[in-house]
Amino acid sequence: MKATLKTESMKTASGDLSCSLGVVETKYFIFAEPPAALKLESGEALGSVTLAYETYGVLNKEKSNAILVLHALSGDAHAAGFHRGEASPGWWDAMIGPGKPFDTDRYFVICSNVIGGCKGSTGPSSIDSGTGKPYALEFPFVTIADMVQAQRRLIDFLGIEKLLCVAGGSMGGMQALQWVASYPERVRSAIPIATALKHSPQQIAFNEVGRQSIMADPAWREGNYYDTGQPERGLAVARMIGHITFMSDLSMEEKFSRRLKNDRFSFNFGADFEVEGYLHYRGANFVKRFDANSYLYITKAMDYFDLSGGKLINGRALDTRFLVISFKSDWLYPAYQSQEIVRQLKQKQVDATYCELKSTYGHDAFLVELEGQTTLIHHFLEKTYSGERNGNGNHR
Amino acid sequence: MEIIANGIRPDHQVIFDMIDPESRILDLGCGTGDLLHLLAGDKDARVQGIELDEKAIYECVRKGLSVCQSDIESGLAEYPDGSFDYVILNQSLQEIRKVFFILREALRVGSKVIVGFPNFAYINARICLCFGGKAPMTPSLPYRWYDTPNLRFLSISDFLDFCAEKGFAVEKACFLNGQKTITFWPNLRALGAIFLLSWGRGINH
Repeated sequence: MKATLKTESMKTASGDLSCSLGVVETKYFIFAEPPAALKLESGEALGSVTLAYETYGVLNKEKSNAILVLHALSGDAHAAGFHRGEASPGWWDAMIGPGKPFDTDRYFVICSNVIGGCKGSTGPSSIDSGTGKPYALEFPFVTIADMVQAQRRLIDFLGIEKLLCVAGGSMGGMQALQWVASYPERVRSAIPIATALKHSPQQIAFNEVGRQSIMADPAWREGNYYDTGQPERGLAVARMIGHITFMSDLSMEEKFSRRLKNDRFSFNFGADFEVEGYLHYRGANFVKRFDANSYLYITKAMDYFDLSGGKLINGRALDTRFLVISFKSDWLYPAYQSQEIVRQLKQKQVDATYCELKSTYGHDAFLVELEGQTTLIHHFLEKTYSGERNGNGNHR
Repeated sequence: MEIIANGIRPDHQVIFDMIDPESRILDLGCGTGDLLHLLAGDKDARVQGIELDEKAIYECVRKGLSVCQSDIESGLAEYPDGSFDYVILNQSLQEIRKVFFILREALRVGSKVIVGFPNFAYINARICLCFGGKAPMTPSLPYRWYDTPNLRFLSISDFLDFCAEKGFAVEKACFLNGQKTITFWPNLRALGAIFLLSWGRGINH
């Protein structure tokens, strides 16, 4: 298990403690009390809604330095710093903090959770005030646009008219793109990382295998497992598949090769290889922190997401700047999908920077402290912010 | 004539002087972005770069420039007609496979194209080949035959013939030898050339 723990810490290591945010807390924004419930894309309504979020740094007087950071499928609002008593920092601590690319000495960084999730925001495991029981499958379907609509309410609540930047990787990138599509006038710049305008059949297929794994577990009980315990086996397998897709062939070779957990084959079906141990560990860990129904809902939202065919920028000229990043070894969200985003931006003559970064980490690369990503984001934000302060709408 | 360049590369200074203020500019193969940075700063231009090299892109972003990673041949396709006032193709024409295609595309997305390339017919190159019997190496063609990125070995005269044949109008031309511009016998005396091109009149493209 040593190897797995090492990998875990590699991904979240914040490096120098002096540039850490220290102790942070998750906050909760409650809105859309019925009858003013949140109208969803499916036609259904959701209310009241709780949205978990964290903020780092200070909002300036002009409220022009706010950056919204968005997380991936299994992420949460805890992007940086430490929760009291916890040893590991938030999921993007490498990127957010004093002196880091999302520099909390300059910017007011907000990380918002998503509706449909299970990390403090309203989702299928939340109590339905109508019935007094968890929603389970009574929870309405939510889309990426719905998640973003809820986040917009949070940004309204925080009194921010225009975000300096929306940024995120994977599903976080989808939300960033959706922000531009839904509220172009409220976004000064966007950084979609390792993401796509739509899921390919391959990506949908992986998600579907994950969902089927959950639903095939007898403990799932059509989603009504909140009294009996969640479908741990199904959810763990879904997560194991996920982890395979997040890594690259090379990163798996480097991390595990064919190393054995013990020195010899066991000649049974236990975990012989380190890679098996790693997947089991990841699966077992995941079921402790993630709700199976949320996994179903959120993966479905990702599969429904589609801003292809000119839907990213509809209508008039857009003065949102873009930094699009992909990774060479990411085969789950291959570079061609990021290039597709860039193509749409070129067609609409939108100010865009795109770079495919060399990395062996696969899809996970965006979570790792990569020098290229750090440099690009740091300078891109600096330019955007200086343009904003000079009252220069157009990037020159 | 001496170019007053104030530490700026002479070819950059020539291109800089060809461009009207507040233009929209696309630089194909913008490298580390020195020229675009200059144009954005001192000509108030709205600039965009295309570059393949990752490290060069970091340098551009460090300078506050917007750059899309792509090779030159596929970098233009999505831009609508007339997206730019100028498309710059400096010191990369000789590395391109589909020369006419790129120039035609550049004149689709831009009103004018600025092309800069090394002159293969420079006198020292001629001497090198004629008397030395070896593939020429000059300050503008510094590579050896086995490590050159160049695919095309063209002279100023070759390029003028090409423009006449394809219907490109030469609006301006500047011939360079170090800090000096060359007026007489440029095909013999210039190390490099910079052309400002547009579509010739009556050309059906």
